[in-house]
Amino acid sequence: MDLTPAPVERTPVDLPPPRLGVLSRLAPDPVRLVLNWGRRYSLWVFNFGLACCAIEFIASSMAKHDFIRLGVIPFAPGPRQADLMVVSGTVSDKMAPAIKRLYEQMPEPKYVISFGSCANCGGPYWDSYCVTKGVDQIVPVDVYVPGCPPRPEALLQGILKLQERIAVENPAARYARKLPAAALGRPLVAPPTPPAGDAR
Amino acid sequence: MTARTVGVGIGADQLDTTDMVLNIGPQHPSTHGVLRLRLVLDGERIVSAEPIVGYMHRGAEKLFEVRDYRQIVMLANRHDWLSAFANELGVVLAVERMLGMEVPQRAVWARTLLAELNRVLNHLMFLGSYPLELGAITPIFHAFREREEIQAVMEEISGGRMHFMFNRVGGLKEDLPAGWIGRVRHAVATVRTRLSGLDDLVSGNEIFRARTRGVGVLTPALVAAYGVSGPIARASGVDFDLRRDEPYLAYGELADVLRVVTREEGDCLARFECLLEQVHVSLDLADACCDRLDELPQGPVNLRLPKVLKAPEGHTYAWTENPLGLNGYYLVSRGEKTPWRLKLRSASYNNVQVLTELLPGCLIADMVAILGSLFFVVGDIDK
Repeated sequence: MDLTPAPVERTPVDLPPPRLGVLSRLAPDPVRLVLNWGRRYSLWVFNFGLACCAIEFIASSMAKHDFIRLGVIPFAPGPRQADLMVVSGTVSDKMAPAIKRLYEQMPEPKYVISFGSCANCGGPYWDSYCVTKGVDQIVPVDVYVPGCPPRPEALLQGILKLQERIAVENPAARYARKLPAAALGRPLVAPPTPPAGDAR
Repeated sequence: MTARTVGVGIGADQLDTTDMVLNIGPQHPSTHGVLRLRLVLDGERIVSAEPIVGYMHRGAEKLFEVRDYRQIVMLANRHDWLSAFANELGVVLAVERMLGMEVPQRAVWARTLLAELNRVLNHLMFLGSYPLELGAITPIFHAFREREEIQAVMEEISGGRMHFMFNRVGGLKEDLPAGWIGRVRHAVATVRTRLSGLDDLVSGNEIFRARTRGVGVLTPALVAAYGVSGPIARASGVDFDLRRDEPYLAYGELADVLRVVTREEGDCLARFECLLEQVHVSLDLADACCDRLDELPQGPVNLRLPKVLKAPEGHTYAWTENPLGLNGYYLVSRGEKTPWRLKLRSASYNNVQVLTELLPGCLIADMVAILGSLFFVVGDIDK
């Protein structure tokens, strides 16, 4: 006895793109304001300390400059619990894969500050055979802090810049779905018809 | 991968353990930098350890060959970023020796003073970070408050907080500002009085002593075999300090102030105590330099250099007692405006290699204590 049900002919349907409803145009603004306000002042930072700039990063976290008052918390146990990665120092070609990997381990939304000339563009090692000329070749960078090494004040300014960006950010736009849901239900694209007189 | 039979207790012949390979780094909180360690473990105990270097390699030696002698100073102070002034010093001493330059007296004393202040800066960093690695957070806040004191006077004179760029071939960049010596004295006095607080916090701490005493004992034979230098070697009883044994700058005249701090134990605690004691010595040296600078008549602090600075053909080796150990530059010139080869002998590279001998037999928890007590800077390892 054949228990297999007869195959049902399914015709693909174009689904409407998902929407939040009529009030969605009004509601997100205050919510977004609160959300962004919360996010900008609780940046758990993962310090990717590589070179000289790492010392200035530590100096910024100490009593005199104290970036914890800006809500930047340098106690993230690892990249998986961090919102912000500060790449401070020279990125060598040998180190680059590790940076990429640790960046990918961070949960979204994530931000990167490139701290110091070496991380920005290679800095004094611009003609070295083994230095990556800028961390932005590997990971997207939100804020660049210039200097060799930058002063702690410069890092504070960079953090403020990043917080300004987060304040006006629209997470819905940032994480908008690239394809409408309907795209998944469409049939395969038919191959083009061969031109007439093709001998194959 | 070797299987090992544990020969204790019931069922000893069945209980096999296999070695585990544990990779620490390159990005790991306990390595304060990007040093990578490959440990082979038998349970908690380390069977063998191999430091894998090169994650911070920036090719400085090759870049020296395409920079002229003024530009080299800028690259040279960056390999060991905690002792920038001392690194610059080696390069300019080598070039001055090649050129046969006589540096003005005032510049020599100012250099000595700045080198000692730089040593204090370097040591304070490790005095703060080492307890941090062992779980004591407070000392680093004290250490950095003291660092900011010294950094303020260094910044006033050079404009830089870390990379001072104050050395020039033939002297210093500029003369000392009016009243600066007084501010140095004040900073030195402040640091000295507060240092006892740091000392009380750490040295008497029971936990700290338990974790460091008798851990990672480095024998003088190993020091000699691996070329370990600096406070680490002196903590093992190797009484060698270039400032006393081959005086450069004005150290020859400071012999009565300069005490070479040594310890006999060679463990982590001895290394830490050595560092702490050296800060006191450096502060005394800085005071002595200030006294001398006050007596010295006004005068030039640098020599006029030709527009194109060329070292004559030949070679020389200049080594200095950097805060972390021996730092040497072997300069080979063929009469061009760039060196033909400038070999850099950095302290941390040799100091870290000894880990292969120190770590086997230790527990993983001791690894953190030993690693931190070797006081290395990753840029100094990888150059």
